[in-house]
Amino acid sequence: MTRFHRLFSALCWACALLPGAVMLLLIGFLLRQGWGSLDLHLLFGDTPPLDALFRFVPVWDGIWPACFGTLCVVVLAGVISIPLGILCGIHLSEFAQGRFRDILSFCVDLLAGMPSILMGLFGFALILFLRHTLLPDVGTGLLLSGFCLGLLVLPYMVNATYTSLSSLPQDLRLLGPSLGLNHMQSIRHILLPSAGKGIVSGLVLSLGRAAEDTAVIMLTGAVANAGMPRSLFDKYEALPFYIYTTAAEYQTPEDLNRGFGAALVLLVMTTGLFLAAHLLHQAMERRWRRG
Amino acid sequence: MSAGSHISSPIPARIVIAVSAWISAAVVLSIFLFLAWFCRPLLDTTVLSSLLSWDWRPFQGDFGILSMLTGSLLLASSSMLLAFPVGMGICCFVHGVGPPGPARLVLWTIKLMTSVPTVVYGFVAVFVLVPLLRDVFREGSGFSLLAAILGLAVLVLPTVVLMLHSQFLTIEPQVRLTAAALGMAPSQKLLHLVIPASGRGFLAAAILGLGRALGDTMIPLMLAGNAAQLPGSVFDSIRTMTAHIALVVATDSRSLAYLSLFACGLLLFMTTALINLGLRMLAGNRENGS
Repeated sequence: MTRFHRLFSALCWACALLPGAVMLLLIGFLLRQGWGSLDLHLLFGDTPPLDALFRFVPVWDGIWPACFGTLCVVVLAGVISIPLGILCGIHLSEFAQGRFRDILSFCVDLLAGMPSILMGLFGFALILFLRHTLLPDVGTGLLLSGFCLGLLVLPYMVNATYTSLSSLPQDLRLLGPSLGLNHMQSIRHILLPSAGKGIVSGLVLSLGRAAEDTAVIMLTGAVANAGMPRSLFDKYEALPFYIYTTAAEYQTPEDLNRGFGAALVLLVMTTGLFLAAHLLHQAMERRWRRG
Repeated sequence: MSAGSHISSPIPARIVIAVSAWISAAVVLSIFLFLAWFCRPLLDTTVLSSLLSWDWRPFQGDFGILSMLTGSLLLASSSMLLAFPVGMGICCFVHGVGPPGPARLVLWTIKLMTSVPTVVYGFVAVFVLVPLLRDVFREGSGFSLLAAILGLAVLVLPTVVLMLHSQFLTIEPQVRLTAAALGMAPSQKLLHLVIPASGRGFLAAAILGLGRALGDTMIPLMLAGNAAQLPGSVFDSIRTMTAHIALVVATDSRSLAYLSLFACGLLLFMTTALINLGLRMLAGNRENGS
């Protein structure tokens, strides 16, 4: 090998060390700073945990309201994007044809490439528009954030359904007709159950994406000190937004420690969802590999 | 279940499926329409020229967005210039330069990196990277173009690597026999066969990474300092269009300030649409070519 090739190999080794180094630094730093504050006090502050959980006693110096807010928007985003995304994926994979199919898949791709801040701006514009026309006193809040986050993760749901369905082996597609099922029945009873793990894997991944996004919620109703949301139209706190505001305007070392704790909690949550999605995906691939 | 329901049930289900598909497609259209609707005042040339200026001094009535546009382009292209070669190196490592065990580990780490929330990258960078830059270069506060470039490069790295990886996966089997017949080492195979044959895939990876870098909000918002100005050096603060949108919604509420926000939004939308069209054309060409 020439010197040039040796240099090239050395450079590749150097580059390959970078991701590991970055991840070790990130996780190590967060653990060192945040490990000490990881306890019930981080979540609930001085409020008794059971009171905060079941009697909605306000929590002042804990991140429980932020966790709860994130949970709420993720559930709302799921309610909107899961049915819509799965149905759209089925349409793309099983029914759409020709030019309509091209248009539809282009729209989904475009939506997938949309910067999340645009989805937030869309929600913000929607509220401005409603204020000028139908509902003069609507404001940003939980429901709007959930809606916009749902739109943000919708393309992921569509693509997950689409790829899971279209990667099924051919003999499964023939099984339905051979049993005398029509197309709809064979989708319902054969194709969807077979692709289930792949679809659920995509679903979990997109919920993780909805949980971590900050740009959408900061334009659509997340605020720093809202406490627990009382209705769907209320302002709320959310973990990613909490982390962002801590970095920007923390006052005391305790604030900062809670920020590290919150970052650690969010990281564990999204990584956990990611690993779950990964395992489901692998299970699906293993099952249909012969195809 | 009666025989009748068997026959009639598929039709409504099919309609529900088609309708929800078109609702999903309509989302993109309605985003565009909303942005365009709120950008109507831009049709007036005096308003347009006041937006297309270099100064952002909202209290003196200057609402120029050109420095945000430059900031976005500068930041996204420089972080791609950094991330792309590194991504290429990682990909070559995964495809033969490195031993199989570490290669799998590196690829797995890259996939894990995609699951780290952007705000967590930003948070750690604020407390690790920014003080480091401040201490090493002793210029300004550390919240600078350089900090944002480094942070954003880390963020787009997985996108670039995974795109390049899938490109290598399609090219590699085609040249495997040739390389073996010529007795090439892995690095020689990559340098002389795989890389020259994957020009289009590289372009696609670069475009996709650029789109991701242009669209990100949290890294520039948290790291770049957000001064609306043209940077004189990498140690100066900049403001991107995405960060501008976030900041204006949070603070200002005057009409021209809002207009500047929707103008930035429309620009971002157009860029995203162009990037997607470009990717689609690249993919289409490849299908026709083979």
